[in-house]
Formats: sequence, structure tokens, C-alpha cells
Amino acid sequence: MFNIERWQEIFEAIRKNKLRTFLTGLSVASGIFILVILLAIGEGMQNGVAKQFEKDATNRISVWTNVTSVEYKGLNPGRIIEMDNRDYEMAVNKNSDKLEYKSGVYSRWGQLTTYKKENGSYRVEGVRGDYQFLENATLVAGRYINQGDLNNFEKITVIGNQVYLDLFKGENAIGEYVDISGIKFKVVGIYTDPGGEREETRLFIPLTTAQRVFNAGNKLRSLAFTLIKHDNYKDALAASEAFSAELESDLKAAHTISPTDDRAVNVNNTLEKAKKFYDLNNMIRWFFWGVGICTIIAGVVGVSNIMLIIVKERTKEIGIRKAIGAQPWSIIGMILHESIFVTAVAGFVGLMFSMLLLQLVGPFIETEYIRNPSVDFSVAITTVIILVVAGAVAGFFPAYRAANIKPIEALRDE
Amino acid sequence: MIEIKNLHKSYHMGKNSLHVLKGINFTVAEGEMVSIMGSSGSGKSTLLNILGILDEADDGTYTLDGTLIKNLNEKVAARYRNKFLGFIFQSFNLINYKSALDNVSMPLYYQGVKRNIRTEKAMHYLEKVGLADWASHLPSELSGGQKQRVAIARALASDPKVLLADEPTGALDTKTSYEVMELIQGINDEGKTILIVTHEEDIAHMTKRIVNLKDGLIIDDSLVNQVRAKTEAYV
Repeated sequence: MFNIERWQEIFEAIRKNKLRTFLTGLSVASGIFILVILLAIGEGMQNGVAKQFEKDATNRISVWTNVTSVEYKGLNPGRIIEMDNRDYEMAVNKNSDKLEYKSGVYSRWGQLTTYKKENGSYRVEGVRGDYQFLENATLVAGRYINQGDLNNFEKITVIGNQVYLDLFKGENAIGEYVDISGIKFKVVGIYTDPGGEREETRLFIPLTTAQRVFNAGNKLRSLAFTLIKHDNYKDALAASEAFSAELESDLKAAHTISPTDDRAVNVNNTLEKAKKFYDLNNMIRWFFWGVGICTIIAGVVGVSNIMLIIVKERTKEIGIRKAIGAQPWSIIGMILHESIFVTAVAGFVGLMFSMLLLQLVGPFIETEYIRNPSVDFSVAITTVIILVVAGAVAGFFPAYRAANIKPIEALRDE
Repeated sequence: MIEIKNLHKSYHMGKNSLHVLKGINFTVAEGEMVSIMGSSGSGKSTLLNILGILDEADDGTYTLDGTLIKNLNEKVAARYRNKFLGFIFQSFNLINYKSALDNVSMPLYYQGVKRNIRTEKAMHYLEKVGLADWASHLPSELSGGQKQRVAIARALASDPKVLLADEPTGALDTKTSYEVMELIQGINDEGKTILIVTHEEDIAHMTKRIVNLKDGLIIDDSLVNQVRAKTEAYV
């Protein structure tokens, strides 16, 4: 390995056979390039999916209702099911020891909102104070809705960052009044949401106020909960699934809905959904590894093939070397060494190119499901190990063949 | 130096078996210069290959410098070749991407000699064959005669007991042939044992003893008066 003579031999052989070496290297380099890019895309998908679930609390359970689709106890299908505060209270009372954050929601779409001469149409949601955490929202300024606001039917609002930019153009907003559907609300806070613009074009007001100003009585559009955190993912998932199922059956019982009706009550379990995505993601990742490794195998076979040709081409030279005293292991070493060296260098080039591409282009890739594709250090190290092993494998058979060349036959070979 | 007794060798090609050497007995003392003659197919190259440990006899014994050469594995065979023998081939067999100097130093590399000593020794032998000025040239930049002289320098580099030459002048014109033979005679004068396979009468007569092979048997083995190759300045 550290024999300088051997290195000189290799460099000499490579220098005399530039094209051959280049072609050999190209297949390996592209193999590694493809592997790294695939792995990076896998990582990017992981990031993308993670981002998708970042917009709300990852263990959020949302409930909303729809029309019934199944006839039940003499009631026709097509009945509109609406939840109200009693449903919320029932769920909270029954599970008070399990719930971390909880809120009923009463929301209205497309509410004309005006500040001075600026206006826009936004979704207005009446929520409880916990909703900040259910939405995974962070306050940029001011405060969120609190229990006092709910108790006193305060006309206050927490506006999304995008709403703030639209209406206030960067001016101070806290303490100012906006007009929502003709009613003045005092802005007490501005929030930002990892879900992005779509999640930031909303205004939150106290739930009680919403029910009152929209004349909704005690109706709720949806419920949102998170469960107290568990130590491990498996427990969390199991608890979350059990809670979802129980809540669904309770609501169905309360509203006289057939247990087989899968449209009337929707319980959306983020964790469960996330698990599906992560499972899918993992599968995709393994698939990418598989494809990448196959590409490298193709490269290795190519290198092996070329090394065989090299051995054939150098049969006479090997014969001469043997005639003047080369030991078989020195021939094996020579071929193997060259093979590993070429594979490793070419692989590094492929690795560098793919890394460079990822560095330059990666941060700009922000589609819904792929975000910042990149590879981490351990993946790079793994590919390097793969390279050396691949080089050794690629060189082994040709080297073995070279070692078995009989000098007399090699010398006769013209 | 070389002692072979009752040497047999057959080649098998499919069902046909070709009995090439049918019981060769012969000895070469140190410092001798022997030519092995015979028409093609007489077994002279086979004999030389066996002597050169490039091939192994089916039967009989071969003793080289007191060492019995039998059932060697590749590793030991390689070591003996390196230690005992220097080869000169008809087609020179230089490594074409290495300079003359590197070609000459190759046997020393396989002996594990350090680079600076190797270069020094190789340079010495290149000087000996009169090609010191061509040390850095590739074989493709040399004439046939020069190539053969590089090959001779390479054969000498490991300081072998015996030089084996297979038609050393076969690819050269008469003038160059004589120059090469003169060089070989010079080496022999210094005491090196040399075996030359040739089918050219004049080359054979430049050695001191001619062994004639026919159909795998020695039919004649006689000492001759050595004809000196003309003394001329090297080209």
C-alpha cells in the first residue's frame, strides 16, 4: 500500500493508458454520482414530508363532521352533522388525563377584513388558547388568545404574518383595530406558522366571540387535540389510535350515526398519517439504495471487464515480469492496487461532483415533497467504503487470472 | 553449473501427444558458452524453456548450480529465475512503456533492491552494453540492436549464474547480429555461463561448443573453435 515503487508502477501504467483509465473511471464515477443523488433525493423526500407535518403539531388529532351516508335507526342518510360545545366537553371530560392541548374550532371562510384602505378575504377561526400549539404557530409579536378573552367574549384577534404584511405593510399592528365582516377587532398578536403562506392567511379570534358574532350558538366546526407525549413512538401511535377510535365511536353515538358510516365523522390522526409517510419514505429510501447499489455493481462489472482486458493486453508484460522474477503476489498486488486506485479516485470524483451539485442546487429545491436534498457524512463514508470494496472485487478476478498466467505462454503470445 | 539427466517432455494437444524431448543428457560447466542447434521442431526451445524454469520436464532431473529444480511452486520458481537466470529473447521482450533504464532495473526491483542502488546498477549495465546515453529512451525509440542490448543489460542486471538466449539475433540483420554476439562473447569472456539457442551456423560457431538436437535427442555435442565476432565500434 505504501510502497512507493508500486505507486510509480501504477501511475506509469495509468499515464500510458489514459483513455482506458478514463473510461473505467467514468462508469464508476457515474455509478457513485447516481447513488449519491438518489440518496440525497431520498433525504430530500424525508425533509419534505417532515416539513409537511411540521405545519401542525405532529401528534395532532383533528375531528370534523360531514353528512351521513348510511341510514341508521330510521334516520335518512344525507343528514348534516354538526358538533357543538357538548361534544367538545364530552371528549375533554372523558380524556382529561390524556390530553395535552385541546380546542374546539368555529371557523368561517372568506371573511372580508379591512384595515384603513387595505383589505383582504381571509379565513377567520374561533379557537381556544391551546390552538397556538395545535397549529405549531410561533408568535412574532404580541400575545395569543387566552382564557380571559374567551370568558369575556373579547373582540381581539391574532393575525397571520401574511395578513399582517397584506394589511399593515410592515407598520405597527398591535393595538390597531381591523374590521372583520363589519365588526372591529383589536389586533393583539401576530403569528408565523411553519406551514407557510397558506397557514398564515388566517385570523384567530376567541371561540366564544366567534360563536357569538357569527350567530353560531354553541356550534363547532371541528375539534383539535394532542395527546400527552409518550416516551416512544410506538406507544404514542398506539395511544393516538386508541383515542381516535374511541372519540369517533363516542361522537357517532352522541349524534346517532351508524357505526359503519365512514363519512359523517372524520378523525384525522396526524401521527398515523405521518407513520404511513415515513414508512413509505423508508421504503423509497431502501429502493434508492437498491437502485444505487445496482448501478455501482454495473460499474464494478465494467471495471472488472476492463481490468480483464488490461490483463489480456498486458499478458506479455506480465509474462516478462514473471520471467525476470516477479512473484505471483506482486502481480496480483499490481492489478488489484490499480483497480482499487482507479475505482477509488473515480468514485471520489463522482462523489465530489454529486456533492457539489447538491450544494449548489439542493437548497433551491423546495417542492412540496422534496426539500433540500442532501447527504450526510455517514452516507459519504459508506459510499467510500463501498468504493474500496467495489474496487477490490472488480480487481480480484482479473488479478487472479493474471497471477495464473504462465510466463512461457505469455511470452509466446505475440 | 547445469546438469540434466534423461529429460523427457511431451505436449498434449487434445488426443494427440507430441513427445518433444526423448531423454536428453547434458552438462554445462561454469564459464562455458554453448549453442543449441537444430531444425525447427527439434525441441531446442522446449529445452531452453525447461532450463529457464519457464516450463517443467515430465521426467528426468535438472540441477542448476547444485539446486535440484523440481516441482517448484510459482513463488519459488520466480525466485530461482530471478536469482539464477538471465533471459535474452528473440523479440527482446522489453516493457514498452518503461525507459531503457527502468527495463534494466526491473529484475533488481523484484529482488527488493532500493531505488537509488537499483538505478546505479542498471546504469552500470547500460554503460556496459554501450547505451548509457539512451537510458531515458523508450524501447520504441531504439533500434533492434539497441533493444537487444538493453535486453542483455537487463539479463545481466540481477547478476545471474547463467544467461539463456533464445535466438538472440533472430530479429536482427547480420551486422547488428555480429555486434550483439560480440557483446555476448565479451560477457562470456568475463566468466558468465551462456546458452544460446540458434539455427544460424555462423552464430553457433561464435560459441565454444555446439549441441545438435534432432527429434528430441542430442545427435552431436562437440567443442568448436570460437569465431570472434568482428571488432567494430558500436553503432
